[in-house]
Amino acid sequence: MDHFPTSWGRPRNEAYDAFNTYPLHQRPNHSKDVFADGVQRTQQPIVTGTSVLALTYKDGIMMAADNLASYGSLARFKSIQRLHAVGNSTVLGASGDMSDYQYIQTLLDELVIDEFTANDKHDLGPAEIHEYLSRVLYSRRSKMNPLWNSLLVGGKKNGKRFLAYVDLLGTTYSASTIATGYGAHIAIPLLRKAIEGRENTLTEAEARSILTEAMRVLFYRDARSLDKFQIATVNDEGVSISETITLETAWGFAEGIRGYGAQTQ
Amino acid sequence: MASTHSTNTYDSDNTVFSPQGRLHQVEYALEAVKQGSAAVGLRSKTHAILLALKRSTGELASYQQKMYRIDDHVGIAIAGLTSDARVLSNFMRQQAMSSRMVFNRPIPVNRLVSSIADKAQVNTQEYGRRPYGVGFLVIGQDNTGPHLYEFSPSGNSYEYYAMSIGARSQSAKTYLEKHFESFMDSTLEELIQHGLHALRETLQQDKDLTINNTSIGIIGPASAHEEDVSDGSFRILEGEPIDVFLKTMIPKDAPAGGDDDVQMAE
Repeated sequence: MDHFPTSWGRPRNEAYDAFNTYPLHQRPNHSKDVFADGVQRTQQPIVTGTSVLALTYKDGIMMAADNLASYGSLARFKSIQRLHAVGNSTVLGASGDMSDYQYIQTLLDELVIDEFTANDKHDLGPAEIHEYLSRVLYSRRSKMNPLWNSLLVGGKKNGKRFLAYVDLLGTTYSASTIATGYGAHIAIPLLRKAIEGRENTLTEAEARSILTEAMRVLFYRDARSLDKFQIATVNDEGVSISETITLETAWGFAEGIRGYGAQTQ
Repeated sequence: MASTHSTNTYDSDNTVFSPQGRLHQVEYALEAVKQGSAAVGLRSKTHAILLALKRSTGELASYQQKMYRIDDHVGIAIAGLTSDARVLSNFMRQQAMSSRMVFNRPIPVNRLVSSIADKAQVNTQEYGRRPYGVGFLVIGQDNTGPHLYEFSPSGNSYEYYAMSIGARSQSAKTYLEKHFESFMDSTLEELIQHGLHALRETLQQDKDLTINNTSIGIIGPASAHEEDVSDGSFRILEGEPIDVFLKTMIPKDAPAGGDDDVQMAE
């Protein structure tokens, strides 16, 4: 709302003759909304991470995410970690805005410190962490200021495996295999085919190779992905996040592709 | 200058120590708990129970409520100022609901008790406040099993095998101290019987425990005498349903040589 009466009832800018001397040749240039300037909200993610993949296997859950944080289509940061251990029975994987993810990390680290200080054997498990995150994300979206992420929370506590999704709207669901972002389109069919019905028999090595294969397919098809990624596992031994793994890829087929790119015919 | 009516000095401000190193206002608050009618709490491996003696102001009046449900897994019995108890129990209910909302987890009992103890402690330290005039026995169960805590207005909280608070609670304590070693392996029925025997000790000479003046709060699997208890969540038994438990009590004047429990030389 423009509160200045001299601006009222004037022709719109495109219809306005700037060379006229009457009425006023130039209207006062007030900002469009004097009240909106003080508040800035997230209206789009800026530095983003792409898909996170996760599955349940015999001994627990496994999660994978690559090491890239993109700035638009630019591969801006190539060695960031998108898997985060919460306590000693939970792992968080984040896609979407990486600064919002870092904020979520500080929230969770505070929470874990509080739990550690309580020292009363009532540690938060993956189910509690997931519920907490869903409340945080839903409350932020209700303030019209969302934390722009799709998160996967997985873990194992008291012998029970847990894997669930939560996103910027506070939407949640649980399944034996989940992927965020582009992976939800490309990797989910592969993962479901490999996992569903075999959750209790799949070995760690099999799970690892299924995830690696899915990450490879994603690297071929997802323009915001990287060939470097990490795998997190949560089992009875606790949380472990691997060193960076580099995918083996073959690009020989590209020679034969015609129709776009640098070739002239 | 102390009030001319006061028999005590250093007691008009709760934040000022007496030369003996005491906080008189805090001690008066503890005294307020002792004015309230008694409550008894006991714990076994499977159950935690509360028993309380309800008072009424006269024949025409109802009995004052002594037990409150905080959440499915937590209940309290109070002794002292009922209005202060309502403030604290509302706070406990909020804490319990918040834990369920934010973490989808029943609040750990020790944390709930610590939270009210911290609240009470602030009142003993800040200028212009007064301590709460109420004490609680809190029972609850979480993934570390059943628990019994005592909370007092000084800001202390302790976990117990068995405890009593309120008027003449020392008599109940004496009973509990004599018998507590058997509580851990007791059945619910035995635990209630012990609780009633302990509560009976707090009665005046010519009074008896009746279905009207007694409340029983239970956490843990149902007794054979209870109906419609699907899980072990907190419930309060009052009126007719407790008659069966009152009947299990061994009369105080029972002849010696019977059950060991009644051989209490007086």
